[in-house]
Amino acid sequence: MKNINKFTLKQSQLRSYLYRKKILELSQKVGALHIGGSFSSVEILESIYSFLLKKKDKFILSKGHTGILQYVILNHKKIISKKFLHSYCQKNSKLGVHPDYGNPGIEAATGSLGHGLGISAGLAIGKRNMNLFVVISDGELMEGSTWEYALMISSLKINNIYLFIDANGLQSSTFSKDTHPTLTPIVDKFKAFGWHTKSCNGHKVSEILSAVKTKPKNKPLAIVCNTTKGYPIPYMMNVPMWHYRSPNKKEYNEALNYMNKFYK
Amino acid sequence: MRNKFAEVLYKISKKNKKIRVVAADISPAGKMAELSKKYPDRFINVGVAESSMISMCAGLAMHGFKPFAYTIASFALFRPFEMVRIDIGYQNLPVVIVGMGAGTVYSTLGGTHITPEDVSVVRCLPNFKVLVPCDSKELASMLIYLCKNNKSPCYLRIGKSGEKDYSDKSNDKWEIGKPRIILDGKKDICLVASGPIIRFYFSIIKELKKKKIFPTIISYHTLKPLNDINNYKFFKKFKSIITLEDISEINGLSQIIKGMCYDHNYRGLLFSFALKDKNIKNYGTQDDLLKDHGITAKNIYNKILSFNKKINSKKTN
Repeated sequence: MKNINKFTLKQSQLRSYLYRKKILELSQKVGALHIGGSFSSVEILESIYSFLLKKKDKFILSKGHTGILQYVILNHKKIISKKFLHSYCQKNSKLGVHPDYGNPGIEAATGSLGHGLGISAGLAIGKRNMNLFVVISDGELMEGSTWEYALMISSLKINNIYLFIDANGLQSSTFSKDTHPTLTPIVDKFKAFGWHTKSCNGHKVSEILSAVKTKPKNKPLAIVCNTTKGYPIPYMMNVPMWHYRSPNKKEYNEALNYMNKFYK
Repeated sequence: MRNKFAEVLYKISKKNKKIRVVAADISPAGKMAELSKKYPDRFINVGVAESSMISMCAGLAMHGFKPFAYTIASFALFRPFEMVRIDIGYQNLPVVIVGMGAGTVYSTLGGTHITPEDVSVVRCLPNFKVLVPCDSKELASMLIYLCKNNKSPCYLRIGKSGEKDYSDKSNDKWEIGKPRIILDGKKDICLVASGPIIRFYFSIIKELKKKKIFPTIISYHTLKPLNDINNYKFFKKFKSIITLEDISEINGLSQIIKGMCYDHNYRGLLFSFALKDKNIKNYGTQDDLLKDHGITAKNIYNKILSFNKKINSKKTN
């Protein structure tokens, strides 16, 4: 793990601001995009890309609908060009809504939920000296496949997996607590499956990294990152409509002005 | 089409207490929201759990309900495929799997969300009906039929939103298994399509008129079961047939028509526009994706002109 101090955390915060700003900018070029879930994952992906991911490691975004966030980060890290990023969903582009295998920096084609953790298990068992960082949504916990992976990974002692659950509490249509009141507590479920499990504020990089530090060598790690969909834009937060929507011009300006104050 | 789906089911639900809509994380909008409010036990959102959606529909059908499993086509069919095959297909239960936004509709969402091969795989399953309405009016007729008469599994392949209606001007009523004349023209050129992609034919109809070509346009809405002999009687009167679909060239409309023509020794001209057997790796509008597979209004137009020329030269000879 890279050095964490006041200075590096301040820089990290600046990057989170820039990622969100860029997503807002790109939202004005397409009819709709998954802005709510992207904004809830910013600090999780920032922690992984800026502090955790080493050259030999791999990262899989299982909640593929927030691919736009990954593309923005890949562009920031100079893995994909600005031109390629701006071709997002444009005519004849190779860059669509969901991450596609074969594009630079993308390890798997995701977008159908409940696949990424299983693919990660294969990558991790195939090369035990690398670490696998996986981000799934809490909505993916409704897929049966997720629980097959959870049981298999701990049983086969695939301990080089770091799982981050973006627990924003919403699925595409509504609040998860409405359709699945027993989805929580998530921590207890993974514990019962033999994982080392932590819960943290998913919008605080320092908290995410502290949780990662607690991982023992003999267990896979699952961190429940408590987040807010649409964070930090007030009109987006916890509003299901913002799962897949582009802000109009007025909403765009409002979001930008709010962010400038928020990150001051 | 999804609005029409909701509207018709809501209307039928008022009289038919057996209707159940089991959705996988589709938010009930419009009439579906009304249905879920008025009859809360008739709209079940299982969440992001498609396998559960299919198995649950099987259980409901065993009680005599009329379940509709409803979500984006890719997740309605591919993800829970074994549940589709065994729970519904093998047990021969009257569950309708509604694949919404099928084919290349979700053109910017990529390979995980587009379904060129849905018809190809589901047609292999014994007992399954495969229905592909060309517009929302045709969809309405199908839903009325399915709620009233259907006793076996069905895959209902629909679009999403904004499709134009063409069939309302047709004098030919919808009937399962019977190719339907949407535009009655001459017998030289027969344009056959499955699904809302029929719009390509209508987009060039004025241009064809200028060239004094008056094709007949057919909605081939039932891709299974097939009434081969009756269908051939219908098609044999045409001098040429062009097929058009937003479905894989393997086991879709084109192969049905080609097989029928081969079996009955059809002597006319035949050409197919279908999705090629390759993954779609580019993004853009639906038309951009189709273009990559050779499906454009211009290509169809040119093919019609070349067929017309051949037919006319035969006539003069």
